[in-house]
Amino acid sequence: MKIIAFVDGSNYSQSVCDYAAWAAQGLPADVELFHILGRRSRTAEPVDLSGNLRFGERTDLLDQLSKADEQWMQLAQARGRAVLDDAVARVTEKTDQSVTMRLRHDDFVDSLIDYEKDAEMVIVGKRGEASGFAREHLGSNLERALRSAEKPVLVASFEYKPIDTCLIAYDGGKSIGKSLDFICASPLFKGVKFHLLLVSRDDAAAEAKVQAAKDRLKSAGIDAAVIIRDGHAENVIHEVSSEIGANLLIMGAYGHSRVRNFIIGSTTTAVVRACRMPLLMFR
Amino acid sequence: MHWLHDLKQDWVGNVRADLLAGLVVALALIPEAIAFSIIAGVDPKIGLYASFSIAVITAIVGGRPGMISAATAATAVVMVTLVRDHGLQYLLACTILTGGIQIVAGYLKLARMMTFVSRSVMTGFVNALAILIFMAQLPELIDVPMMTYALVALGLAIIYLVPLVFKSIPSPLICIIVVTSLVWFFDLDLRTVGDMGALPDTLPMFLLPDIPLNFETLMIILPYSLAVAAVGLLESMMTAQIVDELTDTTGDKNRECIGQGTANLVTGFFGGMAGCAMIGQSIINIKSGGRGRLSCFFAGVALLFMILVLGDLVSQIPMAALVAIMIMVSIGTFNWTSIKNLREHPRSSSIVMLSTVLLVVYTHNLAIGVFCGVLLSALFFAAKIAQIFRVTSTLSDDGRARTYVVEGQVFFASAEVFEASFDYREALDRVVIDVSRAHIWDISSVAAVDMVTLKFRREGTQVEIIGMNEASETIVDKLGISDKPGALDKLLGH
Repeated sequence: MKIIAFVDGSNYSQSVCDYAAWAAQGLPADVELFHILGRRSRTAEPVDLSGNLRFGERTDLLDQLSKADEQWMQLAQARGRAVLDDAVARVTEKTDQSVTMRLRHDDFVDSLIDYEKDAEMVIVGKRGEASGFAREHLGSNLERALRSAEKPVLVASFEYKPIDTCLIAYDGGKSIGKSLDFICASPLFKGVKFHLLLVSRDDAAAEAKVQAAKDRLKSAGIDAAVIIRDGHAENVIHEVSSEIGANLLIMGAYGHSRVRNFIIGSTTTAVVRACRMPLLMFR
Repeated sequence: MHWLHDLKQDWVGNVRADLLAGLVVALALIPEAIAFSIIAGVDPKIGLYASFSIAVITAIVGGRPGMISAATAATAVVMVTLVRDHGLQYLLACTILTGGIQIVAGYLKLARMMTFVSRSVMTGFVNALAILIFMAQLPELIDVPMMTYALVALGLAIIYLVPLVFKSIPSPLICIIVVTSLVWFFDLDLRTVGDMGALPDTLPMFLLPDIPLNFETLMIILPYSLAVAAVGLLESMMTAQIVDELTDTTGDKNRECIGQGTANLVTGFFGGMAGCAMIGQSIINIKSGGRGRLSCFFAGVALLFMILVLGDLVSQIPMAALVAIMIMVSIGTFNWTSIKNLREHPRSSSIVMLSTVLLVVYTHNLAIGVFCGVLLSALFFAAKIAQIFRVTSTLSDDGRARTYVVEGQVFFASAEVFEASFDYREALDRVVIDVSRAHIWDISSVAAVDMVTLKFRREGTQVEIIGMNEASETIVDKLGISDKPGALDKLLGH
């Protein structure tokens, strides 16, 4: 078994490593750490607005552009190696599973799709390299990643905290059903307390719905407390998680189409944005 | 879902640089569009409308972000005689038909035919194009007042020297401004853009070409449309490849074919002439930092805007300034290293390059030049491969039988040598021809094997052929190596 984790050298990289080590110990699984070099920076390229074509312009331009790319990429590669070396050291310290690394020229989401196939779990940081600036901004990369991933994705929070209390945002959907299967089958959550939260009016139908989930966990020997509360999903999830002191949120990701989300907004995006703890997402 | 991300990246991934580059390109497009209209023998507005419409449409539906398409010299030279003999309306109809043909070519995925166009043919194409652009300037340089030469020289000096000092303003623009002001200041009586025909004064309008819709019309425009479609796609595919190389990314060639077709189809209905991708402009765009679809789109919009707002000023531009810019374009398009390479490259590839150039310059039709270039390179290639072929033989101990071993490629070009490699005079009881290490590629080689057998029989010799089945596996039209595991090893190995 294997988990793949993406580090980019941002503030989130350390907690990505820590959660990767936690998952590696618990599953248990080997860790493969990725650093993606991504598109070339355009700022390094020379810009010449003279609008003329000299003798041999084409070959000159090709030389110039490739030289600029080469320099930038050499730097990026050196930095990428350093980021990966640090990450491997950090993960190796906390787990006795094997840890490997991969440096790729690629798109983050493309490589996620390529490599998650033979992975058990994917771990990414909540925000990318530019996280220092836009605090509430959620990278479009993360949304694309969550929508593309077939495997559970752990979105690491800023800081690592040991996981002992876990909140399941239950909505009765297919995605969250997958998460119950995962929890029941996986040794990862030994000794973790579970709370099942259903955001809904408290009536018979709601109770029946959540009872089914509770029974399912029960069958695997997991005792989950049930909470049913009405309100806006993102607010309720926030309230409840601070009340019970949850340090992992499990939920289904992006049940609706992009177009719908574009118009009325996505619950998933709102929750991920506001959430200060790691999330484990299922699709 | 992925496409949404790509779409966003293509359009707004590089906004500032794209807008700036688009502006530089628009400034360079104006003189070119005017010059190419003059080449084709129509009013400048036909080329300007075309450049606007083609740039905007290919930006949206084309397959290669960062590439600039507009009215071009390559397509203009093909249409000269159509305009001369039949007039503007036929040119518009021809443009529409060209678009249709290119769209079909795109759906038939003909872009892959580009793999048969060798480097040498491409170099020939580019050089021929540069020569055509230069030749088109000659009417403005022959039999004109002496002042014209001075102004052209000044223009060229500005274009090439100013960027050595600063690179923030396009030097062709400075050339236009300086030369125009001089002519105006000294009140020189020189030909101006306004003398060459009408400039646009409104937005382009939808109109149907005023031609009889019958078979005769079709027969008039079809040959031109086919040539324009071929030339347009060729230049577009080559330019796309250049942009691919410069930016180290890949575009979608078949989508580009459809995009070029759509652009021409629509442009014909809006009173513009057929165009395609432009090598020079695309290089200028990349050099100025343009990478996305926005730069080509903005170039088109800015071009039309400037023409509509500054139309009166544009008509004052002396032809001398335009000629200077077009000479620069011609020099920049020409592949100068190819001259040095004439000595270093194998003679066959130099012959291919030179014949492509000569044929184009002679016929003014890039399609013919490229077609012959491709044929020539195929012939040279066949001639080379035909040499990978050998027949060895051993005589049996008793001197009564001989075994010939045939190795290598047997096909039409080597069939004759194959037949001549046997000694029919030698009186033998038995001949064994082992072809199991040869590849028989076509019917000519099968016929040759039969002929050799027959000749030996006539001499009274028994003939046995070994390994015919393995050797002739290559004769089918589709080798389908990929479907058969191990087939490639067998082909390469035996």
